[in-house]
Amino acid sequence: MTEHGDERSREERSRRERSELASERSERPVASAPPAGAHESTGAAIKQNWPLFEVFVRSKRGLNHVHVGSLHAADADMALHHARDLYTRRNEGVSIWVVRSDAITASSPDEKDPFFAPSGDKVYRHPTFYEIPDGVPHI
Amino acid sequence: MSQALEQHFDDTIAHDQRIEPRDWMPDAYRATMIRQIAQHAHSEIIGMQPEGNWLTRAPSLRRKAILLAKVQDEAGHGLYLYSATETLGADRTDLTNRLIEGRQKYSSIFNYPTLTFADVGVIGWLVDGAAICNQVPLCRSSYGPYARAMIRICKEESFHQRQGYELLLTMMRGTPAQRDMVQDATDRWWWPSLMMFGPPDTDSPNTAQSMAWRIKRHTNDELRQRFVDMTVPQAQALGVTLPDPQLRWNAERGHHDFGQPDWAEFKRVIGGEGPCNTQRIAQRRRAHDEGAWVREAAVAYATKQAARDLDNGAAT
Repeated sequence: MTEHGDERSREERSRRERSELASERSERPVASAPPAGAHESTGAAIKQNWPLFEVFVRSKRGLNHVHVGSLHAADADMALHHARDLYTRRNEGVSIWVVRSDAITASSPDEKDPFFAPSGDKVYRHPTFYEIPDGVPHI
Repeated sequence: MSQALEQHFDDTIAHDQRIEPRDWMPDAYRATMIRQIAQHAHSEIIGMQPEGNWLTRAPSLRRKAILLAKVQDEAGHGLYLYSATETLGADRTDLTNRLIEGRQKYSSIFNYPTLTFADVGVIGWLVDGAAICNQVPLCRSSYGPYARAMIRICKEESFHQRQGYELLLTMMRGTPAQRDMVQDATDRWWWPSLMMFGPPDTDSPNTAQSMAWRIKRHTNDELRQRFVDMTVPQAQALGVTLPDPQLRWNAERGHHDFGQPDWAEFKRVIGGEGPCNTQRIAQRRRAHDEGAWVREAAVAYATKQAARDLDNGAAT
């Protein structure tokens, strides 16, 4: 996420959709689910459901944060506290990130082959592409 | 187009790879997963009640702290699983409503009462033991988020089962009255625990499809057999008798033979006529209704803070 830059072209980026991690959320509403934005009492902001946050945990120093799941919270501070209670009850983490699910942009599974095609035919990027005689040490 | 998608889905399953949330999947697969995971989540949430019943009456601070941690875990398991259903497009509020309106089910086991503190131990030993039997194969379920939630859950269930068994060992070293309590609780929970694996294979119409989709890895009867085989030596070590006159080792099969639970009772309890169905749902509904002001207040606070942040941003 924030730890590496995005070198993809603007065109490619524009093709990416919201959000897999975004709770790895499906675009398709269940038939019975209320439509997006529908709340118990429309108009009354106070009745809104808590938004969904994705949770990333660094299990120990030296390791990356890893996505562990999602939860609902009224705001980011509450999401952090809930994430602590839900995902680190047994010392599973030393650091937590939370991010609103709807703020994540993800590549589309429908296009996964063309999207990753640029790296598919570049075998010369791998060390095993190069033949080195057996007698040469340390390489 | 849709044929190609279906082919891709079938190939993924055939290669024992995971289906991930935004992959194309057949509608029936999606509906089955939502139903199964939601029922599992509801079971964890309702499952807090039978043991929660003893929180204020635990016999020592140690037992109380353990029980509190366990009930808290059940809440956590429910939330991991609701989170998995949301990756399929389900809505949390909708699922909660389905539970408290009786439109979605949960495990029949939680409709039995916890009459003594020995029940807390037996639930850990037998009910969580049966849950582990059911759940370990689900760690390889074809739906990725479900499988990942199950891995997390299984790690924690082991604590649940061991604390229960240790509790029972302690009681068995106590007075004759305490030993009787353990036997009585075992007698009451044994058959409902066997029912947790679901109806016999001959009466389980969905099993074949779930196996084909690799949602399930073993049939109900296979898992029930495994549970009985695991539990018999544990009962011996504990010094209790399992209440089944037909239970005996079958050297030819290499498994224990055992009697069948009362499947008519199973259907009645699933159908809402168990000893505690009404009470469990009423309690869940009450908790949801009485918590409404907390949810609303939190939204009001978040909205106010966000507006202030906007104002401050504009001012600077």
